[in-house]
Amino acid sequence: MSTNTGSVPSYSLRRAENRNIFVKGMRDGIPIGLGYFAVSFSLGIAAGNAGLNPFQSFLVSLLCTASAGEYAGFTVIAAGSAYLEIALITFIANARYLLMSCALSQRVKPGTSLIHRFGLAYTITDEVFAISIARPDYLNPNYSYGAMLVATPCWSIGTALGCLAGNLMPARLVSAFSVALFGMFLAVIIPPAKKDKLIAGLIVICFLASAAAAYLPLTSSLSGGTRTIFLTLLIAGGAALLFPRDSETSGQA
Amino acid sequence: MERNNYIYILIMALVSYAIRSLPMTLIRKQIKSRFLQSFLYYVPYVTLAVMTFPAIVEATSSPVAGAAALVVGILAAWFGLGLFPVAVICCTVVFLLELFLI
Repeated sequence: MSTNTGSVPSYSLRRAENRNIFVKGMRDGIPIGLGYFAVSFSLGIAAGNAGLNPFQSFLVSLLCTASAGEYAGFTVIAAGSAYLEIALITFIANARYLLMSCALSQRVKPGTSLIHRFGLAYTITDEVFAISIARPDYLNPNYSYGAMLVATPCWSIGTALGCLAGNLMPARLVSAFSVALFGMFLAVIIPPAKKDKLIAGLIVICFLASAAAAYLPLTSSLSGGTRTIFLTLLIAGGAALLFPRDSETSGQA
Repeated sequence: MERNNYIYILIMALVSYAIRSLPMTLIRKQIKSRFLQSFLYYVPYVTLAVMTFPAIVEATSSPVAGAAALVVGILAAWFGLGLFPVAVICCTVVFLLELFLI
């Protein structure tokens, strides 16, 4: 063991440099928070439809901070399905964070305390992960904390307001807002499909298979959540078998 | 059987956080298996695509408006618009079309 105590990083906010990085993170979190607010509003409408009250939807967003994962969970709650099903679908819909967490752990300075590792884990959302991993050198957790401090309240309050407004707004507006979430999903999956024909083909297959599963007699009686789990395992598993990726290229989604 | 929303929420929170924190704290290694890596790489695209269609068509009052939002959203994302603009465009398409359709 080395006696080099200087290698144990200090991320205390008592140090001015850490405070500066924290503020930088907050600044970079503002545009993310604004985008979150609009999308989470749409998510809140879905939460309300699933039977959650505004406080419960606030709680989900604060604790889970995941668009697809939360939406998937709401479909299970709406159907009143088994607890095991919500655990499974939350795992599937959030599986990409497993990869991001692996990637981010490589950017944490060795010797960083467990508390900061647990803290950083909470900051892994698609957008905050993206700006964190783009930082040069080892990641100072205060940067991600700053960004999350701005983005998470926007996300959680937006969800609660969407849930609240879903019952109050005219049906026309609810209908319009309800597609914001899907618009966001499209903005995540389409740009990589433009670069990679394989992803584009997969998305077409997913659309077709999902529609078929939703309307065919045998599978349509299953809940939406169960269909998502099976289709994901089947299609992503098939793709991984037929088209395995080089480890270099399979970084983040 | 009547299920409790707070138990649903607790399970969602625990699973979401475990996925994020385990690699960061316990594993601290890259995933070596090429299959598992590839699988995890494909999963988000597949899940999001599966959850988007046909749900987007069923979310709106008029299925035609939902389908139009899907097409316009794909085009907008294809031409490089970000998360927020694509979401706003989809909402606008539905709102305008439903003025005529309903």
